[in-house]
Amino acid sequence: MGQITLQGVQKSFGPVHIIKGADLDIADGSFVVFVGPSGCGKTTLLRLIAGLEDVSGGKILIDGKNVVDTPPAKRGLSMVFQSYALYPHMSVRGNIGFGLKMAGLAKDEINRKVEAAAATLNLSPYLDRKPRELSGGQRQRVAIGRAIVREPKAFLFDEPLSNLDAALRVQMRIEVTRLQKQLGTTAIYVTHDQVEAMTMADKIVVLNGGKIEQYGSPLELYERPANLFVAGFIGSPKMNFVTGELALQKGAATIGVRPEHLKIERDGGGGWQGTIAVAEHLGSDTFLYVDAGPLGMLTARYIGELSLHAGDRVSLVPDPQRIHRFDDGGNALRG
Amino acid sequence: MARMATRQRVVISTIGAWLFGFLIFFPILWMVLASFKTELEAFAIPPSFLFFHWTLENYATVQERSDYFHHAMNSIIIAGGSTLIALLIAIPAAWSMAFSPTKRTKDILLWMLSTKMMPPVGVLVPIYLIFKTFGLLDSRIGLVFILCLGNLPIVIWMLFTYFKEIPRDILEAARMDGATIGRELVYVLTPMAIPGLASTLLLNLILAWNEAFWTLNLSTSNAAPLTTFIASYSSPEGLFWAKLSAASTLAIAPILVLGWFSQKQLVRGLTFGAVK
Repeated sequence: MGQITLQGVQKSFGPVHIIKGADLDIADGSFVVFVGPSGCGKTTLLRLIAGLEDVSGGKILIDGKNVVDTPPAKRGLSMVFQSYALYPHMSVRGNIGFGLKMAGLAKDEINRKVEAAAATLNLSPYLDRKPRELSGGQRQRVAIGRAIVREPKAFLFDEPLSNLDAALRVQMRIEVTRLQKQLGTTAIYVTHDQVEAMTMADKIVVLNGGKIEQYGSPLELYERPANLFVAGFIGSPKMNFVTGELALQKGAATIGVRPEHLKIERDGGGGWQGTIAVAEHLGSDTFLYVDAGPLGMLTARYIGELSLHAGDRVSLVPDPQRIHRFDDGGNALRG
Repeated sequence: MARMATRQRVVISTIGAWLFGFLIFFPILWMVLASFKTELEAFAIPPSFLFFHWTLENYATVQERSDYFHHAMNSIIIAGGSTLIALLIAIPAAWSMAFSPTKRTKDILLWMLSTKMMPPVGVLVPIYLIFKTFGLLDSRIGLVFILCLGNLPIVIWMLFTYFKEIPRDILEAARMDGATIGRELVYVLTPMAIPGLASTLLLNLILAWNEAFWTLNLSTSNAAPLTTFIASYSSPEGLFWAKLSAASTLAIAPILVLGWFSQKQLVRGLTFGAVK
């Protein structure tokens, strides 16, 4: 079991409020990603759950029990750090088995469990090596092995893939997701990479300035962003925002259209007129950055190749079903 | 062409390094050589480098005239004792400053360092009077005490920089793995800090062994370490270079041997944190 509930959790460092009251319900077995720009409090929130920081207010419940006064070791969680944080003087075996040794398990049992974990992570040939003799990806696997071997109630991941190169990151992303599904253990994963968030999460928590902006499934966030921040943060390239007369006509202070929901037509059609400033041809996609005069710069995405170039005039027609409307407080207007 | 240039540079810098090393080592070599000469040859001009009448006579005289082992034992007790006590005080001090720093930590560190900026002679009279009052003059305990306090700032600074290099994440990982503070100390922190502890211990041992100002001023015979033993040969009545050299060679021999076997630790200790 690993159900985690936050009730009005707050954290301040002196006069600085890092977390301004977070309420969250994380279901057992789900994969939840905390995402947000740097300094938004996502790592702090994770460390509060881990017990590495003390809360300034509120409750953290793990399986219904308030753990704010419980030391990290007694919370039954395990954590994977961004820096891997392996014990440099211990072998891979020692690293993975350390938690079990601290729990006072018999030597045979530790060995059996360490070897099983190592087999799951393809680490069996490296069990007697020291961390410095491993590559970055292998070190990351050892850190994950250390986390899974204890059969915790939940895994906490603090940007675990950010030190890996791009190709390895994609591979590890898939491995971590598969492992979590296979074990069925609750996972909380912190990242600033929205692609990681969208691909790995059952549910995403978008944080900004110490506040939870929205909590929902990746597609919910994409299709029904609660406010301007979430609308701009989720999705790549970023959503286009238009204010002024055009927005007022739709009864909103700001309207937003995603680049993939703008139909690109050659000049002369209806819609928003503009000149292409930059065209990016990726083969699979074409991105157009269009100077639309009073509307500002707009980004449009076309699936496939489109032979348009900088200087060409185009008109962009927004899909009327896919226009997001926001009031002057930045909150989404529905209906 | 580029390869040639690199090779040339390697050869030149190697020769340069050896020359520089020899230059630094020369006084010690000269002292050792002089200790095997007769008094007459020791200050002969021009000096003879290797072709002189080799003799052990000076060592015999030195041992006869003053008890080397008595002084050596004092040196071991004073250097060893002051180092151990300094470490006992410095480890928790450096530990707490490295792992739970406060706003004042930097000030405390600088203040400690500032105590080393004052010339010791500035406090000789008060310290002498304190020692006299408490009956510590010419006592081993007194010297252990003063050398320990004198080197404490350096020991704390060194350990502080070592502990600071230990990533916080690793300690937190241990905490997540269920280690109590005690076990974290035994299984994670100490093994990681051992190189730092070892080189701090060595360096402090050398500093305390060679310390001459306080040992010469505060001891005469009972507690006199090897520094006093050497000084007794630089008498005002005449220069006995060969005997002085023999005494000095004997005095530095133990620490030189220790330094030689631990040079890897020492170099690592002194350059720690400089390169990552």
